[in-house]
Amino acid sequence: VRAASPQLAQVSADLAADRATPRATLTLRRREAPLASTARQLEMLAAVPLQKAGRRVEFDAMAGTFAPAHLEIFQVNLGKLCNMTCRHCHVDAGPDRTDAMMADAVVERVIAAIGRTRAHTVDLTGGAPELHPRFRDVVAAGVTAGKHVMDRCNLTVLLLPRNAGLADWFAERGVEVVASLPHYRRPNTDAQRGDGVFDRSVKALRLLNDAGYGKGDPRKRLTLVSNPAGAFLGAAQATAEREWKEALQRQHGVRFDRLFVLNNMPISRFLEWLEASGNLDAYMERLVNAFNPGAVEGLMCRNTLSVGWDGRLYDCDFNQMLDLEIDLPRGPHIGDFDEDAWHRRRIVTARHCFGCTAGAGSSCGGQTA
Amino acid sequence: LDTYYKTQHLADFPKIAEGSPELGKKFFDYYGAVFADGALTAREKSLIALAVAHTVQCPYCIDAYTSDCQQKGADFEQMTEALHVAVAIRGGSSLVHGMQMREHARKAGM
Repeated sequence: VRAASPQLAQVSADLAADRATPRATLTLRRREAPLASTARQLEMLAAVPLQKAGRRVEFDAMAGTFAPAHLEIFQVNLGKLCNMTCRHCHVDAGPDRTDAMMADAVVERVIAAIGRTRAHTVDLTGGAPELHPRFRDVVAAGVTAGKHVMDRCNLTVLLLPRNAGLADWFAERGVEVVASLPHYRRPNTDAQRGDGVFDRSVKALRLLNDAGYGKGDPRKRLTLVSNPAGAFLGAAQATAEREWKEALQRQHGVRFDRLFVLNNMPISRFLEWLEASGNLDAYMERLVNAFNPGAVEGLMCRNTLSVGWDGRLYDCDFNQMLDLEIDLPRGPHIGDFDEDAWHRRRIVTARHCFGCTAGAGSSCGGQTA
Repeated sequence: LDTYYKTQHLADFPKIAEGSPELGKKFFDYYGAVFADGALTAREKSLIALAVAHTVQCPYCIDAYTSDCQQKGADFEQMTEALHVAVAIRGGSSLVHGMQMREHARKAGM
């Protein structure tokens, strides 16, 4: 594997030597699977026979027009490198994805843009963003600019030797840790992420608790993010949060502040799983039947800018993974970002968007309706 | 009888109200209220429904509450344990009726 910098080569070597992190599958790219092509993914979604009253169902027709709101979230995807390979990953992230990591020149442009943006929150994602050699520089840029910084963390990455002390480093800077944990019990978590991930996740949660996270301090907020382990929608967020808090405290002595419940988007590895397990048509039908007009107003594409590892811009991280670029006149790159034009853009949608309007709605900030 | 139960029946269930809209509305309103979060969570109620579904051996209810339990955040172990509660009560109820048998047999026997 070729890496762009010596630092990245070192991360890649560390991941290759890592025998502790369980892995559920291999990336589509590594397997050279047909769905590694985003065009093939869009074709597969378009071919699903979604019909209502004899007419083909499309997202735009159901959602109607919805305009951008104010820019609040500046979300940066630092790249697809990850220590894990979860079955449902919409990024096709994994330890082999050094091909899609943000280059230094792009990092500099992102840092400059963070200094200029009116968005109040900098949301860092990946892959595992903590594996990017410049991760701490980007966090620091957000903190210096007075932004609320969120790290989208897979938990197990905190146990890697290279990240020792990271929880305390976050705590000193008031970084919110938004940690993915599919379920509060072992079976569904390990089914989605690999055998042994649940136990390592609990270990990482203890580490965060020890650093002061998850105990009601707004500067040390620990948010958990749940994804369904299968072809069904997320549970009701408020009820699930109560159940999770009670169970994680009682069974493992760990605490957290709030729970986001997300739906799985029918793209990348989750799309592959849906197709292979014979669930694709039924899942898409379930999303359409659960279409909630009340979830349209809270769609994250209305208040979020999504920056890709190569500096290209998107309306959300899912569009990014489908190569559906933002519709801006000056070109979709962070170096040319014009925030006023962003507020006038037309939001790009396709059938995967039904994942965000199903049931109680779904966004990077949890349920929306 | 091989087509007595049809998957589509489940999706069409609300149509049962056509024969008696007033009673249908009362039933479905009540049904919805029963399964809302209350002193028990919606997930706990769904697990009870799953166990009862296996007791009344209703294929519609089994399909519906397997999906509902998953969607409410129950996992396979929790769902299987719920079933064993139904099994224990069914088996236990047979066995505890053995007390009738026992009493009757003791009375007539020597």
